Amino acid sequence: MTQGHQIEGKAKFDIRQLTVSLGEDALVIDDLSHTIVEGLINALIGPSGCGKSTLLRCLNRLIDPTKGSIMLDGSDIATIDVLGLRSRVAMVMQSATMFAGSIADNLAFGPRSLGQDIDRSRMVELLELVSLDTKLLDKDAQSLSGGQAQRVSIARALANKPEVLLLDEPTSALDPAATRTIESTLKRLRDDLGMTIVLVSHSMEQVERIADTSALMLDGKIIETGTPEHLLSGVHHHWTEQFAKGELSSQKEPHPN
Amino acid sequence: MLDTLSELLPRLPGILGALTLVGLAIGISYWQKVGLEKSMAVAVVRAFIQLIAIGYALQLIFDSDNPLWIAVIVGVMLTVAGLTSGKRAESIPRARSIALLSISTSLALTLGTLLAFKVFEPTPQSIIPIAGMIIGNAMTATSLSMARLRDDLNSSRSAIESALALGAPSRVAAQGQLRTALATGMTPLVDSTKTVGLIALPGAMTGMILAGSPPMEAVQLQIVVMFMLVGAAAFASMIATFLTYHQFFTKAHQLKL
Repeated sequence: MTQGHQIEGKAKFDIRQLTVSLGEDALVIDDLSHTIVEGLINALIGPSGCGKSTLLRCLNRLIDPTKGSIMLDGSDIATIDVLGLRSRVAMVMQSATMFAGSIADNLAFGPRSLGQDIDRSRMVELLELVSLDTKLLDKDAQSLSGGQAQRVSIARALANKPEVLLLDEPTSALDPAATRTIESTLKRLRDDLGMTIVLVSHSMEQVERIADTSALMLDGKIIETGTPEHLLSGVHHHWTEQFAKGELSSQKEPHPN
Repeated sequence: MLDTLSELLPRLPGILGALTLVGLAIGISYWQKVGLEKSMAVAVVRAFIQLIAIGYALQLIFDSDNPLWIAVIVGVMLTVAGLTSGKRAESIPRARSIALLSISTSLALTLGTLLAFKVFEPTPQSIIPIAGMIIGNAMTATSLSMARLRDDLNSSRSAIESALALGAPSRVAAQGQLRTALATGMTPLVDSTKTVGLIALPGAMTGMILAGSPPMEAVQLQIVVMFMLVGAAAFASMIATFLTYHQFFTKAHQLKL
């Protein structure tokens, strides 16, 4: 792994020698160490099956690693109350699943799960944050378009006032216009709220557009880190180029070359 | 033993007569290429042997008057029911133990209640057939609840993980699936209780009427049987759902599939 252009900033997450294995030989994450920088958009990219989604799911303990540890603001997340951790580290899934009821019900789900209340003015604020028409608040959540649903699921994740937002390929199912809206929302969350964002993406272009730091993953390891510009111009240009062209694939699968 | 056999012999023409219906069913299966001929033949032979065997066994037990035999017979019934039900839900970890525990707890609670209220005398003649009915129905309820919960957790994975990621405890995240599994186990009995006597005369009552009892006597027994089976199914579904749920969630509110 090369570390070009170390990004300055405070570590939000410090991932130390993380290993996730499914069964004896199947290493999904292989002795991986990485730092997520506070207040930035941190991208994780790589071909499908490289372990980037698994890594993301370790950060809010939807899964636990086999070995290694993850520190959040200096304390091991395995020692923090898991529901409290998830209220601090929110997550948006690849395809938004709306809960039954209105958008307001969806926005209230997180706070209510944690025994808190949420008022309508806060809900309006949340919809404005993701550029959704606030008149939609009482609309049935099942009737939304894919782009709208994904924005509601971001607003829903923000309802708990998290410090970190994890996103697992949030735009992979969306058209270019909806993708741009989500991207500008993420930039606004970083700039206005100072939120730490971890973005798993399949698109090098997206990472170039919005990410401050990026890590390229392959076969459960990070093979390059740095700014997106560095990844595209550095010594290990060939990895990134291969990835951008869709030629970088898991070495465990039969390789075309 | 010879007595029972000599009792059976005069009935043989009747049994052979009924067997022509099975022959017809095998014919239909062959003609329509359903491919069930072999299973049907095996089922017929098995049913014949199993019933003759249980007939002998019951006769011996009734004659011997030793309560230990009740325990042996009920133990065999429970084991077979637990294995059968567990096999239906094989992909669930510890499926057999869960099924066995659900069915036996349901039996203990239902039978215990009936004996405590002196609804039946604690004789082998009442305990064995009643335990059989309870175990049979508890087994169906257990299989249905376990399989439904497993299927629903699989198909609702993204909704459940979305809820978990928002800080919901696993019981809240899987609430809908738990309710459905419970309802699925109990519904067949609730439905058949609602329509009892309108669509078909139930087994216990049919048996008594065929054996020459007055209908009102048969009805009294059937009412008790229906009520007890509703209870048995509810207990079994509840325990099976609860135990299955615990196989799929960790203490850290993680869904493992």
